[in-house]
Formats: sequence, structure tokens, C-alpha cells
Amino acid sequence: MTTRELTCVVCPAGCRMTVTLDDGGTVLEVEGNTCARGKNYAVSEITHPVRTLTSTVPMKTAAGKKMLPVRTDKPIPKEKLFEAMEILHGVKAQAPVKTGEVLIADFIEPGTNLIACRDEI
Amino acid sequence: MDLNEKKLIVIGGGPAGLAAAVAAVRRGLDPSSILVLERDSEPGGILNQCIHAGFGLHRFGEELTGPEYSGRYIQMAREAGIPILCDAMALELTSDRRVTFVSPETGYVMVQAEAVVLAMGCRERTRGALGIPGTRPAGVYTAGCAQRYVNIEGYMPGHRVVILGSGDIGLIMARRMTLEGAKVLAVCEIMPYSGGLARNIVQCLDDFGIPLKLSHTVVKIHGRDRVEGVTIAAVDEANGRKPIPGTEEFIECDTLLLSVGLIPENELTRGAGIGISRATNGADVNQYRETSAPGIYACGNVLHVHDLVDFVSEEADIAGTAAAERILGQSGAVVKSLPVSTGFGVRYTVPERIDLTAEPEEVRIFFRVSDVYKKVQFFVETAEGEVLAKRAKSAAAPGEMESLTVPAEKLAGLLDKDCGGIRVYLRETGGQSK
Repeated sequence: MTTRELTCVVCPAGCRMTVTLDDGGTVLEVEGNTCARGKNYAVSEITHPVRTLTSTVPMKTAAGKKMLPVRTDKPIPKEKLFEAMEILHGVKAQAPVKTGEVLIADFIEPGTNLIACRDEI
Repeated sequence: MDLNEKKLIVIGGGPAGLAAAVAAVRRGLDPSSILVLERDSEPGGILNQCIHAGFGLHRFGEELTGPEYSGRYIQMAREAGIPILCDAMALELTSDRRVTFVSPETGYVMVQAEAVVLAMGCRERTRGALGIPGTRPAGVYTAGCAQRYVNIEGYMPGHRVVILGSGDIGLIMARRMTLEGAKVLAVCEIMPYSGGLARNIVQCLDDFGIPLKLSHTVVKIHGRDRVEGVTIAAVDEANGRKPIPGTEEFIECDTLLLSVGLIPENELTRGAGIGISRATNGADVNQYRETSAPGIYACGNVLHVHDLVDFVSEEADIAGTAAAERILGQSGAVVKSLPVSTGFGVRYTVPERIDLTAEPEEVRIFFRVSDVYKKVQFFVETAEGEVLAKRAKSAAAPGEMESLTVPAEKLAGLLDKDCGGIRVYLRETGGQSK
């Protein structure tokens, strides 16, 4: 049995959690979390950490060039963040766009989309 | 737009100003009698450049990016029919609520309002405020300035970066610059703890193996035209955080980002002769966020620097509602005014005074602790020793705002008593951690 100390990143409360694992790496117990999402985060962080990626892509609008904020609509595997950034460097958007509009479907992972984070006419 | 009809002027079209205007309409104020002044070319304020996620968990129950959060309030303001005047700069405010501003659409105008909500936000402390020795090359930016370059202008300000200060913007920019291909060599923090949220230490620094050097500062900036490096050193906690000779280390870099604090932008407030708190650098307010000038309210980062925009919106609701009530003639008469003071372990409170009407409502007191503590109990107590509210917490740090709610019946109970004021303090029930 081993234990690991984690700081929850789910919300700004930043709960300090202690996770107990068996020798095979299976999570036995999570302590210190104050909500169910915290527990899920702890298990995911130990088994396969994920993060929501946010960035910007250049966008053509009627008024000229602008940066469009974008994000993944689900967290993606942490180790794929730089691979995702590499893809984003080749992406260009075209106004009009709506908040939540899918710019790239199945981005990095099947079922995960890259979406726009603001309205632009 | 008929400026003579304007009764409520909101100065600032960021999250605070928009939420205040929306709250005023919800309280019954005619939207055409409101004017929101925004100096940028679009509303939304600083959130437009805060493209990271983490906003709105309290307010909307989901994790939004900055532009998504501000987008919701822009949408609400549009749906409510609230006029927002962009490219408009407020130049002067008087204590009797006369606002002078200039914009391409209106020219130079003076408007006599019945209520004013101050929502100008804050700005960053710069190199000049720190007095770092060395040369004056290009490549020294505040973190928020770099954030604007990267996220709005699409321009990378540097490749090898050192960040001074571990406030949230500095941490967020460490990750942002790393994702965009820069090498962030170190984040130096003069204090023995970070001023940023714990989650940001994990997901912005630990995730990318960026070292956080606590009790370290930048002692020299090198380079003639462009930053060529910085010298950092450990500081002596016991000796006024002075650099310790012999601990200097040179780091070769082309960029230094400063995340060394935010200052509420209160030039207009001061110009109106409004009382400013020395602890927050924002106006002294009562629980309705009304300043020392009747009918002038303040909310958001111009009042005190928040770590969560959700609390800004909540505060703006209070200010906007109170402003509307004043205009509609529905404010209750104040029968008793109680000063709120700070005791052990508490750096400041908002509000700084509680004005009791004949039928008081509950009051949520926001405050920051002055050090890092483990296992504490927070108390709101009268000067006479009556406990009005208390709460236990496993950890507290200056970077995370706390609050306690005083129930309405406790405040009503003070109406008939002699009460010299209210004090907020903490008691350690565990050990202090350094």
C-alpha cells in the first residue's frame, strides 16, 4: 500500500487530498475531498490525468484579423497537451462564430471537440 | 441616446459593471435610464483576455473560460436592453454624482446622475513600483500585459521567461507561455507561500515541471536593448526579506514577467473625495457597497481585488440593486451605523461598516487572512463580545477570500443594544504553518 498527496484542481477551493493505493496501483481510498467531483478527480489523476486545454486561434472577421479563444469541450489526456497545441498552430477560424460552436470535431480524442469561446460577427 | 434621461451611470463595462447594471434592471429600474461607460472598444473587461477555464463554478455551476463568462453577462445586458457606450472614458466624478466623460459618439459631456456605480477594476503593479536594480531593457512586462499580447493580439512577447510573483495571473501565464512554446525557467515568489490558488500551482507549474522558488526575488535585470538575464537571490524572512548575500543565481532569459500585485483603479474615486481604505486601496463601503458619498457605489476589483469573478458578480448584484432602490426611492432609512474592524489574523473586511435599517437583512462579510494558517476558526463578534457568526476551516491563506454571514436576526438584535462595532478575527486551533 502507498499513499499520495494531491491538490484538487476541480474548483478554486483546492482541497488537499490523500489517496491510498494498493500495490497494483488501484485506488482504495480518497480522503480530504469535500465533494464527489474531487474524488473523481483524484482517481483520474492517479490512473490517467486529464486537463481542459484552452488556447487561441487566428480568426478572420469583417473588421480584420482577431484572435478567437477556443477550448476542448472535455478534458484531454495531460500528455497530449503539446500534441494538441501543435495541431492548433495550423488552425484558422472564420467569423461569424458562436460560443460553443464546434471548430474541430473529434479533436485529439474521439468524442472531444474543439469549441469557440466567444461570439464573433 | 438622450443623456438627460440617465439616472444610473455605471463606470466600467467589465464583469462588475455589467452585473451591476443587470441587477438594477432586475430590481425594476428602466434600462433606458442606465448608461454603462466602457473605455475599451468592446465590453467584457479583463475577462476577454483570461482565456483559461475556471470561471463561473459558483455563479453558473459550470467551468467557463473568461470570454464565455463575460459573454453571458454581455448577453444578459443586451437582452435587458441596457445601453453600453464603448470607447468612452470617464474623466471626472464629483461627490454629488456628476460624471464627465468623453467618447467619439457623444463628445465631451457631463451627466448629472442619481446614482453611480464604480466598476473600474484594477491595474497591475509595475517594475517602477518594485525598484528592481539593473538596466532598462525591453522584455520586462506585467503578466497581464503579456496575457493581452498573447491572447488578444496573437503575439508572443518572449521565448525564455522568468516570472516574478506567484499571483494567479503569473501562474496562468507560466502555463500559457509554455503551451505556446516558450521555456519558463522559474517563478520567484518573495513570500514563503504563493499568493495564487493551490489549483493553479498544480495545473500551471507542477504539470509542466516549472520550479516555484519561494522566498526568492529578482535582484538585478541584465541587458542593454533586450533582457539578457536576471539575477535572483533568496531573501531573509527574519530580516525584512532582504536578499541574502551569496545566494545570487544568474538566469539567462529574454523576458521577465511581473505578477506582483493589483491596485484598484481609484483615481475617479479619489477625485470625488470619497474615503479610501488603506487595507484594500478601494473605497470604504457599507454592506450595500455604498461609499462615503451618498448614491455612489463600488463593486468588483475597484473595491478590493478578488480572486474569483463569481464573487465580483455577487458584489455587483448588491451594488446594482442598492443603486436601483435609491433611484426608485425604496432604500430603507439607516437607524444605526456599526463600524467593522479587523482583529487577529484578518487583514481587511468588506464591508467596513454595516448600516442597520429598522428591518436588517443578513450581511455576508468578506475578508482576507493575513498569513497562512492551518485549522482556524473565524469569528464575527461585537465589541461587547457577542458572537454573531463563526465557522471552522482546515486551512486559510491570504490568496483565498473568506466570508462569514451574519444572520438578519442577530443584526436585528443589535438595534436595541449599545454596540460599539463589529470585529472579525480568527483563532488558531492547530499550528501556524510557515
